Amino acid sequence: MKAKRKRLLFALGGIGLLSLAVALVLSAFEENLVFFFSPSEIAAKAPPASQRIRLGGLVEEGSVQPTGEGLSVQFRVTDGASSLAVRFAGALPDLFREGQGVVAEGRVENGVFIASEVLAKHDENYMPAEVAEALKRSGNWQGGQGAEK
Amino acid sequence: MIVELGHFALILGLFVAVVQAGLGLLGGGRNNALLMAVSGPAAIAHLGCLAVAFVALSHAHIVSDFSVANVAANSNSLMPMLYKVTGVWGNHEGSMLLWVTVLALFGMAIAVFGQNLPDRLKARVLGVQALVGVGFLLFIILTSNPFERLLPAPLDGRDLNPLLQDPGLAFHPPMLYLGYVGLSVAFSFAVAALLDGRGDPAWARWVRPWTLVAWVFLTLGIGLGSWWAYYELGWGGWWFWDPVENASFMPWLAATALLHSASVAEKRDALKAWTILLAILAFSLSLMGAFLVRSGVLTSVHAFATDPERGVFILILTVLATGGALGLFAWRAPALQAGGLFRPISREGGLVLNNLLLTTATATVLLGTLYPLFLDALDGPKVSVGAPYFNATFVPLMMPLVVLAAIGPLLPWKRADLAGVLGRLWGAALTALAAALLVWWWRDGGPIGAVIGIAFAAWLAAGVAIEWGQRVGLGQAFRDGDWSRTLARVTGLPRAAHGMSLAHLGLAVMICGMVGDSFWKTEVIEAAHPGDQFQVAGYSVTLDEVGQKAGPNYQALVGQLTVRDADGRFVTVLHPEKRTYTVQSMVTTEAAIRSTFWGDLYAVIEPAELLNRGQTAGSAAAASKPAQAWVVRLYFNPLVPWLWAGILMMAGGGAISLSDRRLRVGAPARRKQVAELRTEAGS
Repeated sequence: MKAKRKRLLFALGGIGLLSLAVALVLSAFEENLVFFFSPSEIAAKAPPASQRIRLGGLVEEGSVQPTGEGLSVQFRVTDGASSLAVRFAGALPDLFREGQGVVAEGRVENGVFIASEVLAKHDENYMPAEVAEALKRSGNWQGGQGAEK
Repeated sequence: MIVELGHFALILGLFVAVVQAGLGLLGGGRNNALLMAVSGPAAIAHLGCLAVAFVALSHAHIVSDFSVANVAANSNSLMPMLYKVTGVWGNHEGSMLLWVTVLALFGMAIAVFGQNLPDRLKARVLGVQALVGVGFLLFIILTSNPFERLLPAPLDGRDLNPLLQDPGLAFHPPMLYLGYVGLSVAFSFAVAALLDGRGDPAWARWVRPWTLVAWVFLTLGIGLGSWWAYYELGWGGWWFWDPVENASFMPWLAATALLHSASVAEKRDALKAWTILLAILAFSLSLMGAFLVRSGVLTSVHAFATDPERGVFILILTVLATGGALGLFAWRAPALQAGGLFRPISREGGLVLNNLLLTTATATVLLGTLYPLFLDALDGPKVSVGAPYFNATFVPLMMPLVVLAAIGPLLPWKRADLAGVLGRLWGAALTALAAALLVWWWRDGGPIGAVIGIAFAAWLAAGVAIEWGQRVGLGQAFRDGDWSRTLARVTGLPRAAHGMSLAHLGLAVMICGMVGDSFWKTEVIEAAHPGDQFQVAGYSVTLDEVGQKAGPNYQALVGQLTVRDADGRFVTVLHPEKRTYTVQSMVTTEAAIRSTFWGDLYAVIEPAELLNRGQTAGSAAAASKPAQAWVVRLYFNPLVPWLWAGILMMAGGGAISLSDRRLRVGAPARRKQVAELRTEAGS
C-alpha cells in the first residue's frame, strides 16, 4: 500500500511538473522562436515589423558606413541575389568584416533591418551554416568560402 | 620518432582497452576470478599507453615540430610556451586525445582506489569503462589522428586560434573534460549494477563521490568558460544560452540531480533505479554534448571541426552507449529491490522534488537546444531558439528549487512535520522580505524581477544559515556564552554537511550576481579623443592616450584610462587592449576590469575606423577635427564578482564534501558510522 502510494505520488508529481514545463515551453516557443531569413526571402515577402528574425548573408563590400547618429553603423547584407540595409547601434564583433559572413538578429522596419545583435564567430574561416545555405540557394556559393580551410 | 612512438602507444592503448573490456565483462559474467583479475592491471596499462601518447603529442607541440599536421595547424614558433602547451588540447584531435586520457585516468583510479569493491562489480565497471574507451579510441584513430605527418613540413605553423591564447580558456577544456568524462564513472557503475542485477550497497556508496568529483570539475570548467566569455568578448556577457554552452550545462544539471538522488540511494537505499537511470542520462548528455560540439550540426560561436564523417561517428557512439544502457535498464531495472520507504513530506521527498525540477529543467534546455535541429532535419524552416526562450522556461522552474533548497536540508529522513520545519524558517522569510523592501527602496522600485531575485537569494542564504546554525548550536551558544561546545560541534559535523551548506550558499550568492548583471548594468559608449572624460556609475574616467604595444605574436593598441571617484580621488588606471594576431590576422578584445565588492568597472577600447572613414569621405568640416577618434565603451556591471564567488563556493562545497571520510570507501570505522547513521535515522 505504502509503496504503491509513493509511486503514485512520484508519478503525479512528475506529470504535474511535466505539464507545467510543457505549458512554459509552448508559451515560450510561441513568442521566442526566431526564424532565419536570407535577403532574397525578405525581398520576396518581408516579415511583419513585430517579428524578431535572424538575417544572414555576406557583408557587402564597401557598404559599411556610419549613420551619423551616435556610433550606429549601417551596412548591407547580401546573398548575391538581393541585399538589405542593416542598421546597428552597438559593438560590432571583432570578426565583423566586409565580404565576410554575418548573422544579425532584429526586425525589418520600412525596408531596413534594425539589428539588436550582430553575432560573433570565433574563427574567421567559419561560415554560419545558415549563411552558407542561403548563398547556395541564391547560387552564389563559392566552395572554399566556408568551413573548409 | 617520438611522434611515431606516441602513435604506436595510442594504437596499443586501443588493444589494451579491448582486452580490458572483453575480459572484464566476460570474467564478470562468468564470475571467473582469473579473467577478472586482468582488468585492474589492464586499466593501469591502458592509462600508461595513453599517457605516452599524450606526452608525445605535447612534446611535438612544445618543440614546434611542424611536420606534425596537428602542430602545423594549431601552433606557431612565436607563441608563448604556455599556449604551446595548452595548444595541445586547443584543437579537435588533441582535445579528443585529452578526452580518452582522462577517461583512462578515471579507469585507473577505479582500479587503484576500488580495492575493496566486490570483484565482479569492479571487473564489470572497468569493462564498461574500457568499452567506452574503445569507441573513442577508434574514433580518434580512424577519423581524427593527432599524429598525422605533413610532408613537406611547413616552415611555421598557422597559430592557435587567438581567442584560445588566454589563461582563462587555456584551462577551460581540461576542467570541462574532467567533468564530462568523470560522469563516465557513474555511468559504468550504473551499467555494472544492472549487469549484476542488484544495486549493491557498495555501488551506492561509490557513485556519489565519483559524481561529486565530476561535478566539481564540471562546475569549475563551465565557470572558467563563462568568465572567459565575460572578459574576452568585450561587452560583459557571461552566459548566452548558446547551444554549445547548453551542451555543457545539461550534463551539469543532470549531475546535480544525480548527486542529490545518490545521497538517498546511499543513506536510505531508496530511489536506486532512478539513480541508475540518472547516471546513464548524465553521461549520455555529456556524450551528446561532444556530438553537438564536434559534428558541426549547430551554428554556434564555439563550433569545433565541421566534418560530417566525425559527426556520424560520434552520433553512432552516443546512440550505442545511451541506447545500450537504457535497453539494459528497461530489461534489468524491475529486478532491483525497492528500498527504504518514506512519506512524501520527508528529506527523501524533498530530494525527489529536487530531482523532478532539475530533470524537467534539463528537458526544457534539451528541447530548446535540439528543436532547431529537428526542424532542419525535417526540412522545416531555419530557426534559432535564443535566450528569451530559456529565460522563460528555465527561470520559473528554478524558482521553486531555490525555495526548496532552504527547506529540504531541514527535513528529517523518512517523515517530517512540514509546519514545524516552516516554523523554523520564519527568520528566512523575514530576511527575504526585508531584502526585497531594501532593494525596492534603494533602486526606486527597481525592476520587479530584481526585487524577486534578491528576495529568493536572501531566503536561501538565510535558510542555509539557520540550518547550519541550528546544527552547530549557534543559538544555544549565544544564550550560554559557551562557545567551546559549538566549536566542537562545528568540527564534529560531517564535512559533507558543511559542503552542502557552502554549495547552497554559493547558489544564493550567484543568484545575486545574476540579478545585478541582468537588471542594473550601466553603460557608456562614446567616440572619444585623448583628454575626454566620461561619467559612469559614480566614476569619472579620462582617456589619457592610446599607444602601441608589440606582443610575441601580436600587435596591440593599448588605451590608458584614468579612473577617479566622485570626489576626484585617483582610483586606478585601466589598460584595455585591442590585439591583432599577425598570423591569422585576427582581432581580439582584451577588456580591462576593475573588480570591487559591489561590481566591475569594465573598459574596452577600439579604433573608430568607421567614424574616421566617414569623416574623410564626408564633409569638409569633419576634416578639421583631429583625425583619430577612438570608441570607448565603459560598463559598470554590478555584483558580477558575486557570480564567480558563487561558482567557487559551489565547487568548494563539493570539494569539502568530497573530503568527508565517510565518502572515502574503505575508510576505517565505516561499520561504526553506518551504525551511527542507523541510530540517527531512528531517533
